[in-house]
This record gives sequence, structure tokens and C-alpha cells, in this order.
Amino acid sequence: MTAERPDLDALMEGFDAGRIGALARAISWFENGHAQAGEVHAHAWPRIGKAWRTGVTGPPGAGKSTLVNALTGHWQQLGRRTALLAVDPSSPLSGGALLGDRVRMDREEVEKVFVRSMASRGSLGGLSIAAGAAADLIDAFGFEELVLETVGVGQAEVDIASAADTTIVVLTPASGDGVQAMKAGLMEVADLFVVNKADTAGAPLLQNELEGMLELRAAGAAQPRVLTTIALRGEGIAELAAAIEQHRAASLADGSLARRRKERALARVKRLVVEGLRTQLWADEPTRARAEAALLGGARPDAVAAELVRQLFGRRGGA
Amino acid sequence: MSGRIRVLVGKPGLDGHDRGAKVVAAALRDRGMEVIYTGLHRTPEQIVDAAEQEDVDVIGLSILSGSHMELLPRILDLLETRGLAHVLLVGGGIIPPDDAAALETAGFARIFGPGTPTNEIAEFIESHVRTRA
Repeated sequence: MTAERPDLDALMEGFDAGRIGALARAISWFENGHAQAGEVHAHAWPRIGKAWRTGVTGPPGAGKSTLVNALTGHWQQLGRRTALLAVDPSSPLSGGALLGDRVRMDREEVEKVFVRSMASRGSLGGLSIAAGAAADLIDAFGFEELVLETVGVGQAEVDIASAADTTIVVLTPASGDGVQAMKAGLMEVADLFVVNKADTAGAPLLQNELEGMLELRAAGAAQPRVLTTIALRGEGIAELAAAIEQHRAASLADGSLARRRKERALARVKRLVVEGLRTQLWADEPTRARAEAALLGGARPDAVAAELVRQLFGRRGGA
Repeated sequence: MSGRIRVLVGKPGLDGHDRGAKVVAAALRDRGMEVIYTGLHRTPEQIVDAAEQEDVDVIGLSILSGSHMELLPRILDLLETRGLAHVLLVGGGIIPPDDAAALETAGFARIFGPGTPTNEIAEFIESHVRTRA
């Protein structure tokens, strides 16, 4: 115990003692860029790697929250310690966010599930910068099943794939045909597809289309399965949990888990470097002034950017 | 980096009316806060669990069922025993003035009545919430 950091010591002590409040506060430290957040992470780091991280993504309205509610309830009922990290977008205008995932968490079995809602806070992908660290903390805290849920917009799918051990893409007939899924970049990241609301018109067609498209992929690549659920009624949830278990066993057996986790670490490094550079760069008054002056002098934005990169790294930047 | 104000908006008890709670939630979001909405029919225990997991700065409770004198003090007690007394607690809904005064004496920072402009709620929260790193 050192006197200069009573908050940090109390937090780590609470974390080790299994106090939910300490875990929750540690996550907040990451969200807020607290100066000692890194020390908490370092403290938790040796204990990570036990939780299985299941990413769930898909277009708005596909039933992700309902599915996640059912899935986490299923695990909790089996006695597995289960957590959910739900990421929703921050408003680009106000910076605020309405985090509504708990609205669906209304079953008795999910009462014991740890739920943390996070706002994306300007992160480009679907996961906030802090989400990776939050997932590590939840893992180290002792949860066995961790679901990362994010709305599937733009870059989010790729984002979640780099944070999850198993990535599930949830679609419904209403989210458009299989070609839409292909366009959105969903085909590449999914380990499992779920056609939710399987009792609505068009569900069998969507399932067929997805399976058809997956067959076109390069031979040798692991084929994602396409499952159907009616999450609202809990139908297909046990099968989904079993499929996740299968994927888990397979990725442990063929070494792809280790590879994936290594890639994940590298992706995180890249991301944090970019974030760090961005913050530092634009906090640097002369740099900003130089860019503004160049633009005012009629320079092309692309040329200004290339020149800045060249000055930073002493070689040519492109454009 | 900024710590955004995190608010849990909760609907305790058997009360199916959440138009007001949603209006307030949206208004606070538009003021730049992160608002977690619990949904309907939550027990005091569920609300306090959620507040702890989400590490919120503020809890706003909306109640129109008439059982505010049972449910709201229960939430106060739970916050106290869980070590969450630092959370700013506000309420609103159909709550008679005498009850509102009693709740404010008991530990609610403010009970807002019907017709309160949402700006007023947002400003109250901004000026009373504990600022943190």
C-alpha cells in the first residue's frame, strides 16, 4: 500500500475480493482515461484467458439483445458465471448515448448476469476503445462466458471479430437478402450465422441463400454454420450454445484460437497506437496551426496530410 | 479525457407507463449524458444491481403507481448498504408534495413533479453530480 494512490489500492483489493463495484469502477477508469487505468489492467492481466468471448453483431432490429438475453440466461442456468458487454453508439452531436440493452434483460435467469453497457464514444468501429480492456477485466474477474454485443454498422463487424473468440452474425429476413450481408462484410467475420425470427416469412430463403454463398467460399476454409432461432421464445438457444461450444473445441484443437488471440493482441496494439498518435498529434498546437495555414494558402488537403506524415516519420507518406 | 455523466433511468414496481422516463432519458442523452434505461417492472434490488454494475453517477426513478413510499426508501436503503451512497438519487412521477418532501429528507436529492422542463432536470444533475476523473 502506498499512500499516494489509495484509490488504486482500494480498487485492486476490491477487484481481487470479487466485489462487483470494483470491477465496474475499473471499467469506468478505462472509459474515462484515468491515469491509473493501465495499472489496474496490468494487475488483472496475468489472470486473463479463461473466459470465452462470444461476439454478437448484426444489423439494428435483428434481435441481438433478445438473443443475448436468452443465451446469457441459458449459460447462467447451467451455473456458468456469465457477463455481457453491450456497446451502443454515442451520438456524434451531443456525445450522449441511450443504452437500452437492459430493457430486454428481463428474465429471472439473467438476474445474476453481469451487464455493462458502454457507449462507443467516438470510436470508429462498433466497439469502444475501452471495450477490449473491459473484456480483459471481466475475464480476469472470473467470468466464464463473456458476450460482446455490438450494433452492426460499418466497421463494427470487423471490430468485434478482432475482440471475440467466436463471432456470431445475427440476421433476419427483414435485414435484407444474403447479398446485403455480403456487402456489409459480414461473410468474412462470422464463425456462426443465426437467422433469428425464424418464424417470419423469408427465413428459410435467407438460410438457403447464406448456405449457398458460404459454399462458394474457398475450399479448406472452415465453414460457418447457419442456425435458426426464435429468440423471443427461446427456441434454438440450446442449439446455438452447443454450436458455440463446438466452435470453441475446434479452435482449441486446431490451434486457431492461439493464432486468433495473437492477432487480436496485435490489432489492439495498432488501434491504441493510432489512438495515441491521433490524440498527441492534434493536441500539438504547432502541427494544427501548420495544417491550417497550409490549407489557407490553398494547398490540397491530401498534400498537407502527406507532408505532415513525412515530417513525423521523415519519409514519404503517399498521396 | 472527459468522464461523461452516467445515469440509470429506472422504473421500479408494477407500473407500465414509461413515456415520461423515456422523454427524460432522451433529454439527458441530448445533453451529452450516457443514459442506461432499465425497462419496466424492476425490483429495487434489480435497480441497485444495475447501478452497481454500470457504475452510474446518477439514478433517476420514475414512478406513477402510488407505491413510491414503499419502493423508493427501499432503494435508498439498498444503496446505503451496498456502499453506493455517493450516487445522486432523483425521482419523478405522480408523487404528492408531502411524500416528495419526506423522500427528500430521507436522501433523495430532488423529486421532480409533472410538468418539470427536462432542461431543469439536466441542469440539476449537472450541478449536483459528483465530478470525477
